[in-house]
Amino acid sequence: MSLIGTAIELDQVLYRWPGQAEACLDIPALSVAAGERVFLYGPSGSGKSTLLGLLGGVNVAQRGRVSVLGREMRAIGARQRDRLRAAHIGFLFQQFNLFPWLSAIDNVLLPASFSAERKVRATSERPLRDEAARLLTQLDLAPSLWGKSAAELSVGQQQRVAAARALIGRPQIVIADEPTSALDAARQLAFVDLLRRECAAAQATLIFVSHDERLAVHFDRQISLVDVNRAANRAELQGSAS
Amino acid sequence: MMAMLKLAAHSAWARRLTLGVTLFSIAISTAMLLSVERIRLNARQSFTQSVSGVDLVVGARTGGVQLMLYSVFHVGQATNNIEWTSFAALAGHPAVAWAIPLSLGDSHRGFAVLGTSAEYFPRFRYGDGRWLKFSDGKAFSRVFEAVIGSEVAARLNYRVGDSITLTHGFGNQALTEHADKPFAIVGILEATGTAVDRTVHISLEAMTALHLDWVAGAPVPGLSIPQNYVEKFDLRPKEITAALIGLKSRADVFRMQRFVNEFRGEPLLAVMPGVALDELWQTIGMVERALFAVSALVIVVGLCGLVSTLLAGLNERRRELAILRALGAGPGDVFMMLAIEGVLVTTAGAMLGVAVLYAATHLAAGWLLAQLGVVIAAQWLSPAEFGLLSLVVLTGLLASLVPGWRAWRMSLADGLTPRV
Ligand SMILES: Nc1ncnc2c1ncn2[C@@H]1O[C@H](COP(=O)(O)OP(=O)(O)OP(=O)(O)O)[C@@H](O)[C@H]1O
Ligand SMILES: [Mg+2]
Repeated sequence: MSLIGTAIELDQVLYRWPGQAEACLDIPALSVAAGERVFLYGPSGSGKSTLLGLLGGVNVAQRGRVSVLGREMRAIGARQRDRLRAAHIGFLFQQFNLFPWLSAIDNVLLPASFSAERKVRATSERPLRDEAARLLTQLDLAPSLWGKSAAELSVGQQQRVAAARALIGRPQIVIADEPTSALDAARQLAFVDLLRRECAAAQATLIFVSHDERLAVHFDRQISLVDVNRAANRAELQGSAS
Repeated sequence: MMAMLKLAAHSAWARRLTLGVTLFSIAISTAMLLSVERIRLNARQSFTQSVSGVDLVVGARTGGVQLMLYSVFHVGQATNNIEWTSFAALAGHPAVAWAIPLSLGDSHRGFAVLGTSAEYFPRFRYGDGRWLKFSDGKAFSRVFEAVIGSEVAARLNYRVGDSITLTHGFGNQALTEHADKPFAIVGILEATGTAVDRTVHISLEAMTALHLDWVAGAPVPGLSIPQNYVEKFDLRPKEITAALIGLKSRADVFRMQRFVNEFRGEPLLAVMPGVALDELWQTIGMVERALFAVSALVIVVGLCGLVSTLLAGLNERRRELAILRALGAGPGDVFMMLAIEGVLVTTAGAMLGVAVLYAATHLAAGWLLAQLGVVIAAQWLSPAEFGLLSLVVLTGLLASLVPGWRAWRMSLADGLTPRV
């Protein structure tokens, strides 16, 4: 929970998608401190989303160590990885984050029903619904929209609901995979600002993925995946050679 | 897991139209399977219980099946008759409680004409020992009187008091009308679901009277005996086709059967109707199995529909599965979600099928009895039907493993970023 310490640590990680000949990730070392807000960028196909899958424990590296919140992902087993993800990681995607057949606020409440631990944290100060309402208010979503089904919201509104869902129950890590690419430029900045602020308030580590480098200045640290991922590096060199 | 189930329910509700159609098709196939099964059992029952309380059926020596066919179902013809004296000898046997003569060969508009004694009506039993009942009128008491079965009455629209004429022979062998000797309908029997419904009953004396001016199966040219004179003749029959025999004690049945089969006067055959009917049903059991196979196939088609609906929906649900994964669901949970959905749809479909069956039997029972003579009892599910239902649900479970397995594979391959 403290700001000091490492949230994420990778050591000699090798990951290859099943059925693929080449490794997709080959990362000798990468670490992110707890509470750090990181901007991860790189060209399309450099393995950004794949890396996030490893951090969430959805995919597992074939070689090397991936430590998240002090737990080595391969060692703890599939069930524990799922638990860890449910309890401590908030996810945000490019689009289609929400179940269209649930209302906005019910979407926000979901993580609490998947993890008892997260529910306890979400209700530490106020009832669950009030906490969801607080987050939605923080994220500038008018109360008239809360009861609407997610399918009826604009893309920008949906992304803010998704952010509230990622943040509820104060996860220690928030992972956002290009959450702004469906928004226009003005809204992008506002959204990044909101997300950064909320993560700071929740003392969460933020991994923000984008290939739009204009957003980079808003973060504590910028990581170029091509620099840390030797596999992407190789691919890049081959691409420019031919 | 609770959270998953709730989400699965929401998700299913969002797809209620497609799932509803699938559920409905499973319901229809289940109802069909069960009703075919019911009709099959009822048909078997009403067939094998076409006569009851009769210990032996006696006829001239032929095959047992053939004897049953003409004596009980009035189908086909006897190759030989029994002498009246033989019948009298059997009826007088000390072990015999009662004996009813049957005389066949004439017809009325496709329905068999049975000559018998008036004792037939209070003696004949069918099903689980039910008696014949008159829905209108009474048994014949005079020569030119007839009692008709319920189907004869319904098809030909006959009432008590109507007058009918009989035809010599059957079907395309029907030769000549006994047009000069009409019969008055004096009684109509209630539906039994047996051949009785399709029979015109007259007295043995009437049978003789019809053929007074006949020799060797053809009318004698120039000879015609008017109806009002026949009673002056000796109308006691010389021959009959078969006889139904009831014994004083069931224990005597094998002894009596041997007595008949070794009868000195002429070659006779005695069969136990229950055994013979069972044998006969076995020979036509192929139809039964074919019926069952067809309805089983209908179930398979219904379940294929279920699997294809779930599989087709899966591609559109890749996003949904990825969000579930991000929220903490494992591939196993995703598998369970799909499998449970399939099982629930099958179970609900099967239950709806049972409801449809009940509604249908309730609505159609009267019609089936009146039109086809098929008795469909509105009974609660039998253990065998329960077994059949669980088999349907079990097959549904197995079928649901396919989309579950596919979803499992998909969520492993996709990770958090489904490629759609
Ligand atoms: N589910 C998958 N199965 C097989 N290969 C995959 C899968 N997902 C990604 N890959 C491969 O891994 C490589 C990296 O893909 P990834 O999605 O991680 O890139 P990215 O950096 O996120 O790109 P983008 O900016 O376009 O989102 C690509 O070559 C891709 O083909
Ligand atoms: Mg990506």
